[in-house]
Amino acid sequence: MTGPPEFGPRYRPGERVRVRRAAPPGHLRTPWYIRGRAGVVERLCGSFGNPEELAYGRSGEPRQPLYRVRFRQSEVWPGYSGAAPDTIDVEIYQHWLERAEPEGEADECR
Amino acid sequence: MPSPVPAATASDNSPGRLHHDMGGLPAGPVERREHDYALWEKRVDALMTLLSSPRRGLLKVDELRRNIEGLGAAAYESMSYYERWMAAITNILIERGVIGIDELGRKMSEIEARNPMPTETSAP
Repeated sequence: MTGPPEFGPRYRPGERVRVRRAAPPGHLRTPWYIRGRAGVVERLCGSFGNPEELAYGRSGEPRQPLYRVRFRQSEVWPGYSGAAPDTIDVEIYQHWLERAEPEGEADECR
Repeated sequence: MPSPVPAATASDNSPGRLHHDMGGLPAGPVERREHDYALWEKRVDALMTLLSSPRRGLLKVDELRRNIEGLGAAAYESMSYYERWMAAITNILIERGVIGIDELGRKMSEIEARNPMPTETSAP
C-alpha cells in the first residue's frame, strides 16, 4: 500500500519490486529500458540526495533510499540469447519502485 | 560461445524516451581499445572536480548531467565526451553568474590569437 511519501527504506533484500513505468520531464536516473520491469532487491545501498532535485540546484532533500535491484536478463530484453540465469543489477531510487506481485503470477503473461 | 546481444526493446521509439537514454539500443560493437586523454580533457575533468567540491559548491554532478542531456541529440552525434562536459560546465557557470558571456568571449578570442587552432585533429 502506498500512503503518504515515506523516505525511510520501504523494501528489504529479497523483496520483489517493479520499476514504475513513467516518463516525467526532467533529469531522471532510471534508465528507460528498466522501467516497467520487475526484479528482486539485492541490497539497500544507502540514502542519497535525490538527483532529480539536485540536477536543478536544489537541496535534494529529503534523501531517497537507493536499492540495487536484480533483474533477469531474459525479462529485460525480449529475445535475449544469453544464458538463462544471466542477471543485470540496476541501482534505482525508492520513489521509482513499487511492491511487485509474487513471481509467476503476473509476469508470465506480459 | 556467442555473445548475448540484447535485442532492442519494443518501446524504443516511445514518446518520452530522451535521446541520451540509449541503453539497449543497437549501437554496434563496443570499442575496447584504451586511449590516452588529451591534456585539455584532463583539465576539463580537473575543472569539474574543483567546481563541484563542497567548499566551492558551484555545481553538482547532477547539474552537469542535466545540462549534458539538455545539449540535445545533435551534441551526442557531433561532440566528444569531454566536449559535452565543457559545453555543459560553460552553460552552468554562465547561468550562475560565475562568468560573463562577454568576458568568456573575449578570453576565448585572446587565447585563440595566442595559440592558433591546432592542426593535429586533421592528421590521419
